[in-house]
Amino acid sequence: MSANVRIISRLDIKGPNVVKPVRTEALRVVGNPKILAEKYYAAGIDEIFYLDIVASLYQRTIDFQMLKDVVRDIFVPVTVGGRIRSIEDIQNILASGGDKVAINTYAIENPHFLQLAVREFGSQCIVLSIEAQKRENGTWEAYTEGGRQHTSVDVVEWAKRAIDSGVGEILLTSIDHEGTRKGFDLPLITAITSFASVPVVAHGGARDPQSVAEAIAVGKADAVSASSIFHYDECSVSAIKQHLHTVGIPVRL
Amino acid sequence: MKNVTVVDYKVANIYNICKALEKFGANVTITMDADTVSKSEKLVLPGVGAYEAGVEGLLRYRLMDPIRDLAVRQVPILGICLGAQLLMSEGHEFGVFQGLGIIPGTVEHFPSTLKDVKIPHIGWNALNTVSDNVWNDTILRSVPKDAMMYFNHSYYFNPASKDDVLATTTYGGFEYAAVIKKGNTLGCQFHPEKSADAGLSIVEQFIQL
Repeated sequence: MSANVRIISRLDIKGPNVVKPVRTEALRVVGNPKILAEKYYAAGIDEIFYLDIVASLYQRTIDFQMLKDVVRDIFVPVTVGGRIRSIEDIQNILASGGDKVAINTYAIENPHFLQLAVREFGSQCIVLSIEAQKRENGTWEAYTEGGRQHTSVDVVEWAKRAIDSGVGEILLTSIDHEGTRKGFDLPLITAITSFASVPVVAHGGARDPQSVAEAIAVGKADAVSASSIFHYDECSVSAIKQHLHTVGIPVRL
Repeated sequence: MKNVTVVDYKVANIYNICKALEKFGANVTITMDADTVSKSEKLVLPGVGAYEAGVEGLLRYRLMDPIRDLAVRQVPILGICLGAQLLMSEGHEFGVFQGLGIIPGTVEHFPSTLKDVKIPHIGWNALNTVSDNVWNDTILRSVPKDAMMYFNHSYYFNPASKDDVLATTTYGGFEYAAVIKKGNTLGCQFHPEKSADAGLSIVEQFIQL
């Protein structure tokens, strides 16, 4: 008896806009965060990721008032990320409408921070965000700063350590597949789901409902996140959910 | 007047439940003051995080007895997630901690026998009714059959009496209490303020009690 999967829309935030990166180089404005969040809420999305992708680069925390405005009229969970570097940052996000926080850069630089955050807020509140890029030898390297900065940290090894620290969920993004619509990086997803005792959200490469089903059925992802196919209206939330239902993958309709 | 008091004991995400209450016209007072809590017409006890932290928060602001007193006087109380767990006698997360004791029972970690599912339980899950029509006179009356609610937790309610269970949910083959009720005290393990229209119907019904 498997759990209901979640379909998640990811909003990459830069300033007042939702942007869409392709391989983290070009950033195109694709819409207004509040309008998009409300559109996906009305369409039956299970959760929203709100990730400020230049916060670490520009060395500033996210705009909490903007976050409050964006989520004011939606009533599904919101996971927020972007230069989270302290317990206070997390408190501010939770006070501004965030339900969970996604941490990448600071966690890799200060692994003990994850334990502190978990102790303070509970596992169910702390998501480890991993931006993974394929290496030539078939393994993956973790990138920070919204996927710009390499670290020499092995993704599988890092995920294991983070789970030991108590994180409640992993957001696993394939830098190579993101924005390309070539399908998910299934070997990457299975490399993590093969041992992860916590939910794993796969992101990067969604092309159509079939590719989403693959990420779940083959990759064993517990949830799937997409941005391009939603923001560019190439695929609807309901088309994905209907397809999952048709192929026997349980999901909230 | 739809006056609702929301307890801010520094262990919760207050913004989300407040905007859900305000959506249905509630006049919301946010407070950590024991006296204000004592004068509530309806009380919401939110909560996110560990049991011990929740207990510490209630003790720090001396809210244990005022909340217990509200329950005795049948003032409607809605606990959410950790807030609901605190309504019980004891929590067993990282130790044994005494809760409010309004609904007898304990809070336990999911057993290791869950089949093929992850912990924490993060996701949408359907509610099972414990018997026909039992939701009719409760805040669950407008919840559509088979509606799913959003759960995010590793610890679950273990009430001493089945009579205090209003709805269950099944995860990994394990059925556990999702909504507990004793008199006018209610607890939801899931987040009604995060469960779209189905969950919001519960918020609306609570305001109208």
